[in-house]
Amino acid sequence: MSETADKVKKIVVEHLGVEEAKVTPEASFIDDLGADSLDTVELVMAFEEAFGVEIPDDAAEKIQTVKDAIEFIEKQQAAA
Amino acid sequence: MFAQGFAPRRVVVTGMGIASPLGLGIENVWNRLTNGESGISAIQAFDTKDLPARIAGQVPAGTKADGKLDLAEWIPVKDQKKMDRFIQLALVAAVEAVEDSGWMPEAEADRCATGVMIGSGIGGLQTIQETAALVVENRARRISPFFIPASLVNLASGHVSIRYGFKGPNHSAVTACATGVHAIGDASRLIALGDAEVMVAGGAEAAICELGIGGFCASRALSTGFNDAPATASRPWSKDRDGFVMGEGAGVLVLEELEHAKKRGAKIYGEVIGYGMSGDAYHITAPPDDGDGAFRAMKAALRDAGVAPEAVNYVNAHGTSTFADDVELGAVERIFGDAAKNLAMSSTKSAIGHLLGAAGAVEAIFSILAIRDNVAPPTLNLDDPSRESPIDRVAKVAQQRKIDVALSNSFGFGGTNASVIFRAAP
Repeated sequence: MSETADKVKKIVVEHLGVEEAKVTPEASFIDDLGADSLDTVELVMAFEEAFGVEIPDDAAEKIQTVKDAIEFIEKQQAAA
Repeated sequence: MFAQGFAPRRVVVTGMGIASPLGLGIENVWNRLTNGESGISAIQAFDTKDLPARIAGQVPAGTKADGKLDLAEWIPVKDQKKMDRFIQLALVAAVEAVEDSGWMPEAEADRCATGVMIGSGIGGLQTIQETAALVVENRARRISPFFIPASLVNLASGHVSIRYGFKGPNHSAVTACATGVHAIGDASRLIALGDAEVMVAGGAEAAICELGIGGFCASRALSTGFNDAPATASRPWSKDRDGFVMGEGAGVLVLEELEHAKKRGAKIYGEVIGYGMSGDAYHITAPPDDGDGAFRAMKAALRDAGVAPEAVNYVNAHGTSTFADDVELGAVERIFGDAAKNLAMSSTKSAIGHLLGAAGAVEAIFSILAIRDNVAPPTLNLDDPSRESPIDRVAKVAQQRKIDVALSNSFGFGGTNASVIFRAAP
């Protein structure tokens, strides 16, 4: 797993208080990890803070799974 | 109060919970209080070097088994950040109270008949302070999505309702230091009038942060002369008192319609028999010298209860350790007249400080336990009162005495006054 994926996973575990094993790439924050809409807002803010990237609201809406988050952040990092 | 011919229903107390500077759990806190222990100590939460008041009554950290607070034992870690400390403390006291009452209904109708009214004087001050710092740093975009719901006063009631599925009236009192009594009194009336069968009511406060301590320092309300001897700083009625000591915590009562409680065989601690309110219409932070507002609140509560002053055996005073102590004393003497010489009145703020919006709820619990055990808790540090009184102020040591009826006073900034009267279980 990439360094970014590792870090994303750690943030998800910490913020949603879920077991690490549940945080698979396909896991949906809302459907599988018990997040509500406010939790996902906070999660996106935590990603922004941790990776020094900006995630606009329309992009944030599309980040629904762990994999979505990792891919978006990696793309941002590659572009930077 | 009520229209002629209307008979309000009777309201009893069937559960109680407390988080206070003397710890958690009503038996633990009551034991420590009646043993004359103090919960006041140097402020741990932040560096007080820039402030003249450096002490407070803080809820002690430790395990539940030791009567102390480890939040993880009460609230899932991921939910803690969604609530300011005042809500966390409210939840702790509410869980204790609800479990104590045994009222955790599953049926929809029962849940809809159960409401919550937990108030706070200020709300999420610590969270507001931390969040405002982001704005100062030009980082307003980093404000947490939980900031608003973590700070709002009525979210204490909200969280308790969500935890237990209580779908009845969900309400919140915000009347500064009178909040706790207003919550209990108003919630009792909702039951008396038929809006609910059960109400989880009380107050919570957690304002021991720079904004809270600094703000009350600025209004010259806090004690500053006893920083080196914290346990002696809260000294109601003492000649050398110099302000209140801020405390944090929560008190929650389960109030229940009498027949509802009897039908389910609930343990009944006591009955809420009187509630009275008044406004000073005088000054934003000070009472009038004659204590007229306090007098009228007590008088209204006695009228509501239908008892004569001489029926009251114990008064839990507002008694914050400020100049206003003697104003309240004068008002109580006027109400009680000749009966004053038989009365015990103490200020339990001497042991735990002033819990602001939680004070009235915590002190209501103490008043009910005073009735249950026939014990008047002491006024600590009362060696040398600023004036004599025929009223026994229970100096330093708890007293065993017959207590059937107890009255508790709470007065708040803005000139808001409330009194509540309890009687032994019917």
